[in-house]
Amino acid sequence: MNAPMILSPEALAKIDKATTKYPPGQKRSAVMAALTIAQDEKGWLSTETMDFVAQCLGMPPIAVYEVATFYSMYDLQPVGKYKISLCTNLPCALSGANAAADYLKKKLAIDFNETTGDGQFTLKQGECFGACGDAPVLLVNNKRMCSFMTREKLEKLLAELK
Amino acid sequence: MTCLHGRHINPIILAGLDGNNWCIGDYMRRGGYSALKKVLSEKIPPEQIVNELKKSALRGRGGAGFPTGLKWSFMPKSFTGEKYLICNSDEGEPGTFKDRDIMRYNPHSVIEGMAIAAYAMGAKTGYNYVHGEVWDCYERMEVALEEARAAGFVGDNILGSDFSFQLYNHHGYGAYICGEETALLDSLEGKKGMPRFKPPFPASYGLYGKPTTVNNTETLACVPWIVLNGGEKFLSMGRPNSGGTKIFSVCGHVNQPGNYEVPLGTPFAKLLELAGGMRGGKKFKACIPGGSSMPVLPAHIMLATDMDYDSIAKAGSMLGSGGVIIMDETVCMVKALLRLSYFYFEESCGQCTPCREGTGWLYRVVNRIEHGQGKQEDLDLLVNVADNIAGRTICALGDAAALPVKSFITHFREEFEHHIESKQCLVPTYA
Repeated sequence: MNAPMILSPEALAKIDKATTKYPPGQKRSAVMAALTIAQDEKGWLSTETMDFVAQCLGMPPIAVYEVATFYSMYDLQPVGKYKISLCTNLPCALSGANAAADYLKKKLAIDFNETTGDGQFTLKQGECFGACGDAPVLLVNNKRMCSFMTREKLEKLLAELK
Repeated sequence: MTCLHGRHINPIILAGLDGNNWCIGDYMRRGGYSALKKVLSEKIPPEQIVNELKKSALRGRGGAGFPTGLKWSFMPKSFTGEKYLICNSDEGEPGTFKDRDIMRYNPHSVIEGMAIAAYAMGAKTGYNYVHGEVWDCYERMEVALEEARAAGFVGDNILGSDFSFQLYNHHGYGAYICGEETALLDSLEGKKGMPRFKPPFPASYGLYGKPTTVNNTETLACVPWIVLNGGEKFLSMGRPNSGGTKIFSVCGHVNQPGNYEVPLGTPFAKLLELAGGMRGGKKFKACIPGGSSMPVLPAHIMLATDMDYDSIAKAGSMLGSGGVIIMDETVCMVKALLRLSYFYFEESCGQCTPCREGTGWLYRVVNRIEHGQGKQEDLDLLVNVADNIAGRTICALGDAAALPVKSFITHFREEFEHHIESKQCLVPTYA
């Protein structure tokens, strides 16, 4: 591979490990895992990063772009240090998601799909996380789910992340 | 926390869970893996397991309700090449959160169910496709899988038999449509998750073009119990044509939202009582009984209905995934429909024109009614658009977008008309 190493050796090892789950000749099945690993390391997926993932898996770059643009948890633009995705679907809305959205927007002084000036927070509107019994729910950086997000719990979360 | 309570009735999957006893040792103390041991030590013929499943009347718990034994019997028996078994844990149907609890609190029930299913269908490899937003469940399944491998329940020559089964977890990354089984297969192949035209069905052309069966998490978690106790006993727990127990995810305006595992056929009123009744003592107005894609029903119809496939169908909706969304008197039905219509618009994969364009139309027309710009002819327009989506698309997402629209207008027409005529809401807005 002659291209510059965009990802760390640790990330590459994780991608290699992910490909072993699939049959020989089906490395492409690991593209979602590879993009997740790349995004965890780089914060978001630039074209350069996606091209590198394509090279690792022997895929045409366009096929990687197709996947990255299809699944909503991949970020194709830089996001803040903390990306907060709040579910506002009906079950969450019945249990206070709209109030949670209003609070976050006001407190962070941004709307959905915006990032605070200091680069700390990005706010996203999420769709059903499959955790409606804990409504309202939000995700921090795709992987940490926070349940029953009342105003008090939102305050606490923002204070912790600041 | 949503299933860790004592308010289940004759539970099979959620029995005895405390949130900490998910490890393999705990599972085996509860009798776990004895079904797999029985199958392999007694060399039970695969057809016998499929027949037992047929007798049990277990139906797919993911939403379609297709008879599981029948689905398994579609796998070609004489085919000697690779066959695949997929567990569909891509749980994203609004109102549904049962597979999350199964995976985090009883992960080995899924692994054992998959191993038995793979044996019954001659599959050598399996994948568990986990919903993108529940990373902790993916990690839990990874740990549980390592435990099962170390104990010899997954891998080569399981328990010294000539049966081998390799199992892997695959993590999604945010696409509702991947819950559709053929979209899930494309996603597993490293592509956009777009549903495939059928036929061919997955049993003849599935993952990597090989015979494949896709079953829901809860469906597979029922399998060990059926193997141990027999199909007839499972059937007798529920109703004819609706065997066994079902986990209902109850959310919305109830005091104790959560998962409740009860025998199929349990009266809805009993389920509502288990969930602590209406929050704040408010009046029960409407319910979507099977996940957001199913028709909404007014309270009085729900209260006279039992929770099984046939009773809910007779009442005018569907059991679906068992996601029960409860709405009280403060809910504006126009606003509720608006949020659902936005969801289907947002999640349409864009492949079929009626769905791609139609979901946008539904969203925009409901949006203008909600915001006081609706016209009287808009209600007919909505029904017309919905009719032109339903049945005209490759997958069921089109129907899922159309059904709520038609049922909301059918049952709550006066609220839509009031919005259009007086440009305001019949009910106070909810938070």
